[in-house]
Amino acid sequence: MTAQFEGAQRRAGDRFLGRRITPLTRRRLEAFRRNRRGFWSLWVFLALFGLSLFAEFIANDRPLVIRYDHSWYFPVVQNYPETAFGGVFPTAADYRDPEVRKLIEEKGWMIWPPIPFSYGTINYHLPSPAPSPPSSVDWLGTDDQGRDVLARLIYGFRISVLFGLVLTILSSIVGVAAGAVQGYFGGLVDLGFQRFIEIWGGLPVLYLLIILASFVEPNFWWLLGLMLLFSWTSLVDVVRAEFLRARNFDYVRAARALGVPNRTIILRHVLPNATVATITFLPFVLNGSITTLTSLDFLGFGLPPGSPSLGELLSEGKANLQAPWLGITSFLVLAVMLSLLIFIGEAVRDAFDPRKVQL
Amino acid sequence: MNEAAGGGSPLIEIRDLSVTFRGYGGAPPVAAVRGVSFSIARGESLALVGESGSGKSVTALSLLQLLPYPNAAHGPASSIRFLGQELVGATQAKMREVRGNRIGIVFQEPMTSLNPLHTVERQIGETLAIHARLSPREARERTLELLRLVGLPEAEHRLQAFPHQLSGGQRQRVMIAMAIANRPDMLIADEPTTALDVTIQAHILALLKDLRERLGMALLLITHDLSIVGKMADRVCVMNAGEIVEEGATGEIFARPRHPYTRRLIEAEPKGHGVPADPKAPTLLEAETLKVWFPIRRGLWRRVAGYVKAVDGVSLSLREGMTLGVVGESGSGKTTLALALLRLVSSAGHIRFAGRDIAELGERQLRPLRREMQIVFQDPFSSLSPRLSIGQIVEEGLRVHRLAPDPVERRRVIEEALSEVGIEAAAADRYPHEFSGGQRQRIAIARALVLKPRLVVLDEPTSALDRSVQAQIIDLLRDLQRRHRLAYLFISHDLKLVRALSHEILVMKDGEIVEAGATEAVMARPRHFYTQALMAAAFDLAPVSE
Repeated sequence: MTAQFEGAQRRAGDRFLGRRITPLTRRRLEAFRRNRRGFWSLWVFLALFGLSLFAEFIANDRPLVIRYDHSWYFPVVQNYPETAFGGVFPTAADYRDPEVRKLIEEKGWMIWPPIPFSYGTINYHLPSPAPSPPSSVDWLGTDDQGRDVLARLIYGFRISVLFGLVLTILSSIVGVAAGAVQGYFGGLVDLGFQRFIEIWGGLPVLYLLIILASFVEPNFWWLLGLMLLFSWTSLVDVVRAEFLRARNFDYVRAARALGVPNRTIILRHVLPNATVATITFLPFVLNGSITTLTSLDFLGFGLPPGSPSLGELLSEGKANLQAPWLGITSFLVLAVMLSLLIFIGEAVRDAFDPRKVQL
Repeated sequence: MNEAAGGGSPLIEIRDLSVTFRGYGGAPPVAAVRGVSFSIARGESLALVGESGSGKSVTALSLLQLLPYPNAAHGPASSIRFLGQELVGATQAKMREVRGNRIGIVFQEPMTSLNPLHTVERQIGETLAIHARLSPREARERTLELLRLVGLPEAEHRLQAFPHQLSGGQRQRVMIAMAIANRPDMLIADEPTTALDVTIQAHILALLKDLRERLGMALLLITHDLSIVGKMADRVCVMNAGEIVEEGATGEIFARPRHPYTRRLIEAEPKGHGVPADPKAPTLLEAETLKVWFPIRRGLWRRVAGYVKAVDGVSLSLREGMTLGVVGESGSGKTTLALALLRLVSSAGHIRFAGRDIAELGERQLRPLRREMQIVFQDPFSSLSPRLSIGQIVEEGLRVHRLAPDPVERRRVIEEALSEVGIEAAAADRYPHEFSGGQRQRIAIARALVLKPRLVVLDEPTSALDRSVQAQIIDLLRDLQRRHRLAYLFISHDLKLVRALSHEILVMKDGEIVEAGATEAVMARPRHFYTQALMAAAFDLAPVSE
């Protein structure tokens, strides 16, 4: 008995990332860690995503640091006019211009990022007409407008993942809330909401996007809003089912008998039951969001022209079959990114599976 | 030894059986059964008695080698000899010869032990086809014969019935028919009546007894209920914590239990009567012609075709400090009545609580009254939220009703409530899964008590617990009632428990009250045949014919 109690004490003090966790959470974490493929996928993905968040410092057409005339300049974070370096024009300096370069190097030095191109930088000094094949300057070659493929990939990866993450989080919030209301109150609320979702889900999303794209110029936030209108329904069914099940649990009844208001019951007693189902779905929703954005870009109804996007790169690969590095690189990046997310998703799903993690 | 042994070798002999389960995630292995030895002679009836977790079911499953190997393992000295054959480590082919053929088994839960997609004929015919290699026509005749033998009414019509079309008792009869289909030498009955209503329990036990005599089977009866043992078994083995602590003839054990654990089991039968109460105390809860009807909708337009009358015109009254027992079988509307009285399901009729009609009040107006009427549920495993600590669970009501707003004061109130129900105050930061069933039920009582209610509805508060724990909970409830002048609405199917706690009782059947009155008067002279059947089932084995 005492040994048991001490065990309980020790477990009660178990912490993960500074938060107190239950033994069940600890077992799920361990089950996740045991799935080596998912565990490593998570780290690889986090590393890639972390790197791409600093894309401006990795691939840019401005130097990281300039030492000019005994003072420091940081063009990555701040704009300087050309006149600051003794040039003629009062406009922002173009550091790739040989004239500007000569001016700076006369009185100092500068450090370039490993890839001296941004996603929109056009390389005018190509050895062969664009799209030009991989070389020591453009490691993965250029696209048909002379822009560096690697730089576009890094920025495109970042925008895809960010778009996917924001869309997933927002649509989960809306979806969980809608599912919770339907499942908890049931009856007519549930019936009405379900019919609404069926009609809403029947709307042709792609046509709506095309029509809307002719009214407004779609940017990141417009696209996010439009996609959100239709993507929130994916989690509703799961959460609704969990709530329908849980609202008849004895401890929910006990809470009602205590006089606890509905809002508190939903948040405190029922929602935790739905989190497992929700978390299990999230990686797959994320994957779906990324794929949707890519396909819209591929069709030309996505992000505005010129923005770095994997879908646009894919369509350039299709238009320039004589330049296989375009199609192959974009395909590989998409395949690796989606596979990593699926591996992570599988590991999360297994870690939360009560049949695999013994209670 | 028993006469039935006839001096020959026993039918089955278990020597030094031990079972260890592998621990998960680095947990140490669990020894479920430790060095158990016993034997059963031909035609003998042996009962394995013990509380939950004592290893009795694991022992029974080892006889058929049905444990989840290799997660379970037997010790090196373990031996099970059935008719001279060693069963521990026997090949699958050999075990198939024994299972369902030489040894039949009946499980506790008849709903889940029958395949829901197969008809009765197919379920029984399967064992006949495998072991006896009967042709379909012969199998059909034999199945009919078996169904008549186990007393299933209208056996010809039931052949094509699916399990969900049968009642619990009928399903258990089908299970028994399957188990005895090949005239086994031994029948293992693992808590065969625990999931059934008391009146049906008596019928099933009588059937088992009758079959044993007619077919000359040995019976291994596994149960936690001593009253069944006394009626069914020649010999008893008492198990505790994986070991047999006492073994002997049934009469001997009941008359002169030697081991302290056996004595505790026998003494754990609920005794005593309700606490002394003032019969002139003011009425706290009153209901008049209370009805809970659930509509049955049919057809395209979901027209109301009829009603399920869960509670139909029930009137009752309950005085302060007294207990009203509500007795009835599953489906009789006891729980629905309780939920309706607390306004947790919608109902028609009048409910007066402390002089106020609460039947028409809205949720917001009810909230202040919720503090005064609380409920304790049957299953302590599902009535506590698994993600909240004990302290948070007890605290919730205090927060809702803004009692003890100061955190230090609130903590003190919570700890006081916990220690009042016998849980150490330091446990407030632990989670429900770290407690046993009895402790959890105490916590559920603390959750209700911390609000200082005047009425507590107890919905089968002890039926998920072992007998000895039941008695402790009943003592606790009596003690709390005396101290706080609580009024209880005590729902149970167990008349022994009801007698130990109630001043008045209501007997419910199909949503209606069939008998009501002072406990002693009703128990001494039950007028309605249904009450008589319940009484007979609780205090005597002989089933009452309707």
